Amino acid sequence: MSIKIENLGQTYSKGTPFEYRALKNVNLEIEDGEFVGLIGHTGSGKSTLIQHLNGLLTPTEGTVYVDGQDIFQESKEDLVKLRMKIGLVFQYPEHQLFEETVAKDVAFGPKNLGLSPEEIDKRVKEAIKLVGLNYDEIKDKSPFELSGGQMRRVAIAGVLAMKPRVLVLDEPTAGLDPAGRDEILNQIKKLHEQEGITVILVSHSMEDVGRLVDRIIVMNDGEVAYFDKPKEVFKHVKELENMGLAAPRVSYLMKALKEHFPEVDDEIFMIDEAVAEIEKLLKSEKGEDAHV
Amino acid sequence: MKEQPIIEIKDVSFEYPALEEGEKNIRALDHVNLEVRKGEFVGVIGHNGSGKSTLSKLLNAIILPTEGDVLVKGLNTKDEKSTWDIRQAAGMVFQNPDNQLVASIVEEDVAFGPENLGVIPSEIRKRVDNSLETVGMSKFKRKEPHNLSGGQKQRIAIAGILAMEPECIIFDEPTAMLDPNGRKEVMRTIKKLNEENEMTVLHITHYMDELVDADRIIVLDKGRIIMEGTPREIFSQVDKLKEIGLDVPQMTAVAHDLRQDGFDIPASLLEVDEMVNAICQLKSRT
Repeated sequence: MSIKIENLGQTYSKGTPFEYRALKNVNLEIEDGEFVGLIGHTGSGKSTLIQHLNGLLTPTEGTVYVDGQDIFQESKEDLVKLRMKIGLVFQYPEHQLFEETVAKDVAFGPKNLGLSPEEIDKRVKEAIKLVGLNYDEIKDKSPFELSGGQMRRVAIAGVLAMKPRVLVLDEPTAGLDPAGRDEILNQIKKLHEQEGITVILVSHSMEDVGRLVDRIIVMNDGEVAYFDKPKEVFKHVKELENMGLAAPRVSYLMKALKEHFPEVDDEIFMIDEAVAEIEKLLKSEKGEDAHV
Repeated sequence: MKEQPIIEIKDVSFEYPALEEGEKNIRALDHVNLEVRKGEFVGVIGHNGSGKSTLSKLLNAIILPTEGDVLVKGLNTKDEKSTWDIRQAAGMVFQNPDNQLVASIVEEDVAFGPENLGVIPSEIRKRVDNSLETVGMSKFKRKEPHNLSGGQKQRIAIAGILAMEPECIIFDEPTAMLDPNGRKEVMRTIKKLNEENEMTVLHITHYMDELVDADRIIVLDKGRIIMEGTPREIFSQVDKLKEIGLDVPQMTAVAHDLRQDGFDIPASLLEVDEMVNAICQLKSRT
């Protein structure tokens, strides 16, 4: 599903002393099957933006088109259908687990769609498998006896069981340890590749986003500051810092190296690429055998 | 005579009861020994379920050891008469800023601790002002906590602990729920407390880069201390850390990969500048 955001604006508490313009003139086009990262410091408008994508918030200016349809012109019923297609995973989604067993919790969404018991069963199995958990082992467990990373995956499975075409995740790795973080991110990447779902990943980590996504949206002060490929975005180190953000450490290293060795490619931001580039540099004048 | 450590953990094990009858108890800590001396900055890392939080809860008698003893300022946490002295001496800051603030005005929140200790009002006033000054939040003393950012809320929580005049502060993943700016604010505050106020700090975290300046790092895995040393000693063991599911600072990871390919780069490298210097040196050697 493609998403087109046109002149979108959101003003909270309009006409009161608390009036606050959270989004200003946002224009974005996200292609079908694209993996997009959304970055910005707290209060930059990230969460406000994603809540427009499935109609949780109605814009005060502009609109959103999903597959060419203006979602705020549609009737209520159509909007409900649309919401099934756009799955939103909020921050700390495990706080929303409530059922007695994992299987029941994942089934909650499809049940509300009024699907047949067979279809619900099928979807629950698929969704649990999609997040990398073993259905038979976990289905009868209480969600509350699982580890933090597992709980979060069950919560994501609950959204996947709705079979969304677009998956929006708001900081899905917050509070997880490095292993839990990699688990979740690798599952999301796999989902994107296997199912062709459009993914929008809200994150604070430039490293994670840079490694995974096709393009990055940088939000600042309610506006889109950048929407480009990671290596293009990371060129703006100074500007990112002024927005309270930073480029990956590796970017800083490559830029510092370039000052000494102009031949270095300073657009590199991933560890393995940096290692290869540094090795190339070290070997260049020395000859192949000098370094050991 | 050797100065008495502020925290002594002596051969401590802790078990949570099994979830179902007939199953074995869950051993969260397994014969852990640790001493923290006055003014030290000790970092604790480990993945979820490694026993980090259990360790922190033992330190101010929220839970008591199944085996062994925990001493704070020489007081045993098993001795009920000492509980309040221990809690005053070992303050705790937790992960979620929203769960720790109790009052509707910042300065009242900071005053909550000393009020409960029965401190006289004029002294409370002094402590609240000093604590807010220390965490750089004096300007906000008449504000409502719910309007503050996550990092600011955590600093208020820290001020609330400081107002109780503790000997050490245990930070249990205080930055886990914060954005990069909030993390920076809180880490700056913790480092300042340690360096300028000589506060003893036990900092539990997932973020390795927060421990670059620590005096000592403890690595917990499956309830045991598996590594202990200076940040450089710990971070240079990249393979071992990765094996138990932990990260290393990015520069250390780059250094590790270069070393594996036979390049003479120091394994204990942590910062961008150090890496640039090491590469320049290698280049100039030819």
